[in-house]
Amino acid sequence: MEYAPRDMSSAVTTIAPAMELNLRADMTLAVRNRAAMADLAGGARLWRLAWALGWLDIRLRYRGSMLGPFWLTISTGVMVGSLGLLYSTLFKINVRDYLPFLALSQVLWGFLAALVSEACTTFTDAEGVIRSVRMPFFVFSMRTLIRNAIALGHNIAVIIVVFAVFSVWPGWEAVMAIPGLLVWVLDGLALTLLLGAFCARFRDIQPIVNSVMQIAFFMTPVIWKPDQLGASGIEKLALNPFFDLLEIVRGPILGSNIAGTTWLGAIVYSVVLWAISWAFFVRARGRVTFWI
Amino acid sequence: MTANALIHVEDVSVLFPLYHGSSRSLKKMVVAAASGRLAQDQQQRVVVRALSNINLRLESGDRLGLVGSNGAGKTTLLRVLAGIYEPVLGRLRVRGSLNALLDPNLGMNMELTGRENILLRGLYNGLPRSALPRLEEDVADFAELSDFLDLPVRIYSAGMVVRLGFALATAIKPQILLMDEWFLAGDATFLEKARNRLEEMVRGADILVLSSHSVEIIRSWCSRALWLDQGHIVADGPAGEVLDRYLGSVPVQPVAVLA
Repeated sequence: MEYAPRDMSSAVTTIAPAMELNLRADMTLAVRNRAAMADLAGGARLWRLAWALGWLDIRLRYRGSMLGPFWLTISTGVMVGSLGLLYSTLFKINVRDYLPFLALSQVLWGFLAALVSEACTTFTDAEGVIRSVRMPFFVFSMRTLIRNAIALGHNIAVIIVVFAVFSVWPGWEAVMAIPGLLVWVLDGLALTLLLGAFCARFRDIQPIVNSVMQIAFFMTPVIWKPDQLGASGIEKLALNPFFDLLEIVRGPILGSNIAGTTWLGAIVYSVVLWAISWAFFVRARGRVTFWI
Repeated sequence: MTANALIHVEDVSVLFPLYHGSSRSLKKMVVAAASGRLAQDQQQRVVVRALSNINLRLESGDRLGLVGSNGAGKTTLLRVLAGIYEPVLGRLRVRGSLNALLDPNLGMNMELTGRENILLRGLYNGLPRSALPRLEEDVADFAELSDFLDLPVRIYSAGMVVRLGFALATAIKPQILLMDEWFLAGDATFLEKARNRLEEMVRGADILVLSSHSVEIIRSWCSRALWLDQGHIVADGPAGEVLDRYLGSVPVQPVAVLA
């Protein structure tokens, strides 16, 4: 048979994207750094894939149920409603003051906690794909973030219903939550890279992460209000990274003033998180395939 | 697509760390470190040498067949060439668009319809939106799913799943085609059709690397053969020569007799 390359007939028409690989074992840190950046850039170019996979995850999670992803909304709504009645009695706060606060806090915290927990399985869940095609790891990071953002989107209905019931609406200052959300996006991506790779190597991290988030839930003003701590307690709250990060989004929507130390804390903790994540990802990127 | 395709493997080794039991646990690693046992642990880490000092250069027009027994490192080498396993030692250069046919059901989701799976595959390959209708038409045509195209893959017959997987994997035309032997499995009527499509793809590719147990397939498709054994290159040269040596060394398999 004759196998010299020649023009193709019509059956196979789609051409694979060109690529150039240059891999070596003795890479310097600068080269590894470039490879990690190329991973991010390549992943970002595949955003439509990440988006499709994120939606797919949500669809498959709720397949066969009539309400679909709105089960999320209902379970969050029931939880917020019952917790709101219980704690407004326990804390002796007016339900009208408390329930909007709780609805917002609980929905935002639910997003953060799920994102941190699912960051752990970012790469191990994609084992089949990672082992059969070269693909930027960042695609799977974006997928985890997008999946959780979609879940958050469904839960926003709970916030809107509660705000409507008590007719408390955020003012224009709620726009200031947008920079906070951008910080969340950046931090979320950093976390998926760090925890995704770390949990691929060490399989007992996810339970540890979940228990840390459980403790953080109680130590952070999610179901209790920061001013219940008293003046000296509020100052110390800035040291709690979860508080700083939660408050930069929650504060503007509730119309409360955000202390300068809160933003400072949020930025410092985010920079530290990115530094650690990047340092780890640069070293681990080429190894993750062997770990999963 | 202007530059010539190239694969250049220099002294590449791949070591698999075998993580088992305590090395998978952070807690145990920390305890071991605290009690001064970590250094010892690291030295005792079990590694499997899947590939040792592989040297290989392939240029446009090369048709390489990989032979060797199970566990010789054929699939690992394909994964290295595809950039999936990055070399632990040595250096790898690959130039040209690449399609690795390693997993028949790559990214296929049983809950999605055939059509959705086709679109998803297009996204996996980073195809522009404009290329998707053509991909869909091509795959649907070949897989002959007709009315099933809009039904979930879950309810397909085994044969339909194979056809869809095959059609998807072979819908993307690369300069460098890496192919694992599973690709030539299937029922007889499908095989004939699949063979034609594959042959067309193989002819269109600048470089072919094919891993197979079947000496016949390598003899007919490849001009050069590489014999691997336990991760080492035993022989590399014209297909006929290497295959004859390979066949000479393999003891004739005794025919299984049912007791």
